Amino acid sequence: MHPKILAGAAAAFFALAGSAAADPVELQWWHAMTAVNGDRVNQIAADFNKMQSDYKVVPVFKGSYAETMTAAIAAYRAGNAPDIVQVFEVGTATMMAAKGAIKPVYQLMADAGEPFDPSAYLPAVTAYYSTADGKMLSLPFNSSTPVVYWNKDAFKKAGLDPDTPPKTWPETFAAAKKLRAAGLNCGFTSAWVSWVQIENFSAWHNIPIGTKANGLEGADTELEINNPTVVRHVANLAEAQKDKSFDYSGRTTEPEARFLNGDCGMIQDSSAAYGLFSKSLKAPFGVTELPYYPDVKGAPQNSIIGGASLWVMGGKPAEHYKGVAKFFAYLSGIPVQVKWHEDTGYLPITKAAYAATKASGFYEQHPGTETALKQMTGKPPTENSRGLRFGNLVQIRDIIAEDLEAAFSGKESAKAAMDDAVKRGNALLRQFQRNTQ
Amino acid sequence: MERRVVFAGWLCPAVLLLPQMAVTLVFFFWPAGQAVVQSFRRGDAFGLATRFAGIENFTQLFADPNYLASFGVTALFSLSVAVLALAPGLLLAVMADRVVRGAALYKTVLLIPYAIAPAIAGVLWMFLFNPAIGVLAAGLNRAGLDWNYLLDGPQAMLLVILAAAWKQISYNFLFFLAGLQAIPPSLIEASAIDGASPRRRFWTIVFPLLAPTSFFLLVVNIVYAFFDTFGVIHNVTQGGPGQATEILVYKVWYDGVVGLDLGGSAAQSVVLMAIVVALTGIQFRFIERRVHYA
Amino acid sequence: MSDGGMVTARRSALVPHAVLIAGLALVLFPVYVAFVAASDTLPDILAAPMSLVPGRHFFANTLEALAAGTVKTSGQPVWSMLLNSTAMALAIAVGKIAISLPSAYAVVFFRFPLRKLCFWAIFVTLMLPVEVRIMPTYKIAADLKLINSYAGLALPLIASATATLLFRQFFLTIPDELVEAAKIDGAGPWRFLVDTVIPLSKTNIAALFVILFIYGWNQYLWPLLVTDSPGMTTIVIGMRQMIGNGDAQTEWHLIMATALLAILPPTLVVVLMQRWFVKGLVESEK
Repeated sequence: MHPKILAGAAAAFFALAGSAAADPVELQWWHAMTAVNGDRVNQIAADFNKMQSDYKVVPVFKGSYAETMTAAIAAYRAGNAPDIVQVFEVGTATMMAAKGAIKPVYQLMADAGEPFDPSAYLPAVTAYYSTADGKMLSLPFNSSTPVVYWNKDAFKKAGLDPDTPPKTWPETFAAAKKLRAAGLNCGFTSAWVSWVQIENFSAWHNIPIGTKANGLEGADTELEINNPTVVRHVANLAEAQKDKSFDYSGRTTEPEARFLNGDCGMIQDSSAAYGLFSKSLKAPFGVTELPYYPDVKGAPQNSIIGGASLWVMGGKPAEHYKGVAKFFAYLSGIPVQVKWHEDTGYLPITKAAYAATKASGFYEQHPGTETALKQMTGKPPTENSRGLRFGNLVQIRDIIAEDLEAAFSGKESAKAAMDDAVKRGNALLRQFQRNTQ
Repeated sequence: MERRVVFAGWLCPAVLLLPQMAVTLVFFFWPAGQAVVQSFRRGDAFGLATRFAGIENFTQLFADPNYLASFGVTALFSLSVAVLALAPGLLLAVMADRVVRGAALYKTVLLIPYAIAPAIAGVLWMFLFNPAIGVLAAGLNRAGLDWNYLLDGPQAMLLVILAAAWKQISYNFLFFLAGLQAIPPSLIEASAIDGASPRRRFWTIVFPLLAPTSFFLLVVNIVYAFFDTFGVIHNVTQGGPGQATEILVYKVWYDGVVGLDLGGSAAQSVVLMAIVVALTGIQFRFIERRVHYA
Repeated sequence: MSDGGMVTARRSALVPHAVLIAGLALVLFPVYVAFVAASDTLPDILAAPMSLVPGRHFFANTLEALAAGTVKTSGQPVWSMLLNSTAMALAIAVGKIAISLPSAYAVVFFRFPLRKLCFWAIFVTLMLPVEVRIMPTYKIAADLKLINSYAGLALPLIASATATLLFRQFFLTIPDELVEAAKIDGAGPWRFLVDTVIPLSKTNIAALFVILFIYGWNQYLWPLLVTDSPGMTTIVIGMRQMIGNGDAQTEWHLIMATALLAILPPTLVVVLMQRWFVKGLVESEK
C-alpha cells in the first residue's frame, strides 16, 4: 500500500480509537422523582459520572410514576427505550411479564461479571422485586413502609401519655375516641388507604391478600381480601367513622394536611413522610409501629414495602449493560445507600447500609427513623408478607378505595364492599392473565 | 355554507390545502387509524403478546357500567361549562362595549384567565377549595356545608366545572367583544333613531350579527369542555372520587396510560372519534343553516 | 363602540361598571389568593384558613422557586427552559396560522371535486386532543426521527382545525362585491389572497396568535413524551417536576410562586398583543 495512504489510515484509525475511548457511553435513566428528591437523583448520577469516564448516566424526569412507565413502554414499542427506568411497585407485574422487554437484574450482573451477592440485600425490601426463588428482577430504589405518627401535644391535651402510643387496634380506637373528646376534629386518619389498611394490614397480620403467595408464584392468583379479619377491620373503621374517631380523608396523601394542621391526632402514613412532618408539623411527634389485633394469630408479622424500583430495559447493546451493572453496583454501595437513606427517609436496601447507619448513631439522633426498619425486619417474611404481585394493580387499588369509601360512608356493609372489591379485582386479574399469555 | 362568487380551477386550492392535509394525514389520521386497529386487539402493555380480539373490546366496554356512566358525566360537564362560560362572557363583553372610562383596564384584566393553562387554573381553584387549607372551603364549612370534594362526587364536579368555566370566560369575552366592535355603529344608530330600545336593539340587531361569532364560540366551548378540560381533571380530581368526574376523554387516557389497557383505551378512542364526527356533522348541517352571514 | 355613543351617553354608566367590576373580582380572586400564598411561609398557609393579606416573603419564595427549585430538580438553567418553551410556542402559533389560512381560503373561495371531503377531513380533527392519540402519535414521531426536536414538539399539535374554522367563519363574511371587484381588476386568487384577504384578517391573525402561543406554551403531556434529552425540557415540565407528584411534600408557597411565574409569560403576550390587536381594529374601521 502507498505509504501516504497507510499513514493516513493509521492516523484515522488512531483518531477514531482515541475519540471512541474518550466519549463515555450515555445511559438514559428515566425517573419520576420530583422536588428535592429530583435534585438528589441528579446528584447521584453526577457523582457516578465524575468518578469514572467510561459511562455517563443521564437522569431524565418523565412525569409521574404512571407517566414514566407509559413513556418507557411507548419508547420500547418505538424502538427508543431508555436503559434504566424507575417503575412504581404497582407496575411490577406488568414489567415482570414483559420477557425480552426487560433484562432481570440478576442476569444483568452475572453477564457483566459484576460482583453481586443477593444475600447482602435486606430480604424484606428485595423480596417484592424478586422471583419466588429469590432471583432479583429489579433493583429497589426508593422504598418505604407505613408507620404510625402521633401528635404528642394532642395526646397531652386528651389526657393520654404523650410518650406511650397505642400498640393494638383496640387501643388505637380508644385513644382516637379520647382525642375526639378533647376537641380534635378527628382522632386518626390514614394516607394511602388501600396500601396501608388492606395490603399492609394483611401482611402485618400474616393473612394472605391473594392466593399463590399474593401472586408471587403465579398469575392465576385470586384476591382474598374479603376474609373475616379484614372485613372485621373495615367494619370497625366504618363504625369509627361515624363519630370521626377515624376520619377518612382521601385516597393518597391528602390526609397528610389534616395531620399537619392539627385536625387529626394520629396518622398512618408512609415512613417517607417523616421529612415532611419534621419540617412542617409545629408540635412534637413520635413514630411507632402499626397497630395489630392481638387475637389474630401470628400478628404482628412484618410490613411490606411501597415505592419504586429500577428496571433495566431489554434490547440494548452489551456495553450499555456493562455500564448499568457498574452503576447498580455503585448504587448498592454503602456510601450511596447511607446518604440516600438518611437524606430522604427511604429505606436502605443492603444489610451493610442498615448496620452502618445504626453504628453511626443516626437513629439515636433522629428518633423514629428506625421504626420502619424494625417493623420490616422483626421477623423473616412468610409467604403472606413477602410482597404482592397483581396485574392491573393500579386499577385494583382504585376499586378497593372505591369500595372502602362506600363502606366508610355507610352506603355498603363492610362485607358487601370487600366482596365487590374481590369480584371486580379478580376480573381485572383474569384480564391481565389473558393479555400476557 | 357556500359562497356565491368563487374562483375557478383546482390547482390553486390543491396547493393551498397541501400543507394542512399533509400534517393532518400524518399526525391525525394515521394515529387515528392505528387506534382503530389497536381497538380490535388485546395484549400486554409492551406489545409482546397481542392477538386479534374482534369486537371483544367494544362489547366489554358497553357492558361496563362505569363507561356508560362516563357519558352522563361528560354531557353534564360539557353543558354546564359551556353555559357558565358563554353567558358571563357575553354579558361582560356587552358591558365592556358600553363603557369608555377604564375600558382598556377591564379588557386587559378580564383576559388574564385565558392566559392561564387549564392545569394551573385547576391548581388555583384546588387551592381555594382544598378541604384542609382552602380559603373558600373554610368559608363553606363555616356556613354549615360539609365541604370535602375529595369524598363527595357532586362537590368535585362543581369544582371542576367552576375551574374549567372560569378559564373559558376570557376566551368568549375576547371574541364576543371583537364581534361587537365589528358591528358598524351606523346600524345601531339608525335603529336607535327609529325609536328602538336598547334591549330591542340588542336582540334584533346585535345578537343576530353576533351569530357567526356565537356559532364559532358554541362549537369551541363544547369542544373545549368535552376535550380540552383534560388538564383540569388531571390536576384536580383525576376523575374521582369514584369516577364522579371522569369525562370520556379522561377515561381514554387513564385506561390507556395509567391502566395500560391499550386495546380498551383504543376502543374508547374509536367511540370518541365517532362522536366527534357526529358532532361535527350536526353542528355544520343543522346549526349553520340558521346562521346569517353579512 | 357599537352602541351609538350619542344616543346612549345619557344612560347611567353605573350598571356596566358594576358588572365589570364584579367580573374583575371573579377573574382576579384566584390569582390574588395565589399571590398571597406565594408571599407567605408554608406554616402560615397550613394554619388554615390563610389570611387574605399578603405576607412578606414574595420575593424570597419566587427566587427559591426560580433558582433553587426549578434549576436544581431538572438540572437545567431557567433560560434554557424558557427558550424551549418560547420556541415551541412560536412554532405552533406560526405553523398553525401558516397552514390554516391557505386551507380555509381554498375551502371557501373555490369549488372543486373532493372539496367536501377535504372540508370534513380537516374539521374532524377539531376535537380529538393529542392526549387521546398520544401513544400512536409518539410511535410516528419516533419513526420519523422527530424525538427531541422542535418539529416533533410542534407538528402533532398543529394538526387540529381550530384556526381553520375561525378563518373559514371570517372568510364567509367577506362581501361578494370585493371578490367581484378583484376579478374585474383581473386579479387571480393569489392576488386576492395576498392583497385583500390577508390584510382583512389581521385582527383574526392577531387573536389566533395569542391563543395558539398560549396553547403551545402550556403543553405538558406531549413535550414530556417526545423529549428525553434534558436540554429540551420546557419550563412547564420543569415546574411540574419542582411541584411534585404527591410523593414528596406539598410546598404550597413554592407551588403558588411557581404558578404565578408560569402565568407570567402568556399573560404578557396577551397584554402586549391586545394593544396591537385593538390598534388593528381601529385602523380597519370601515
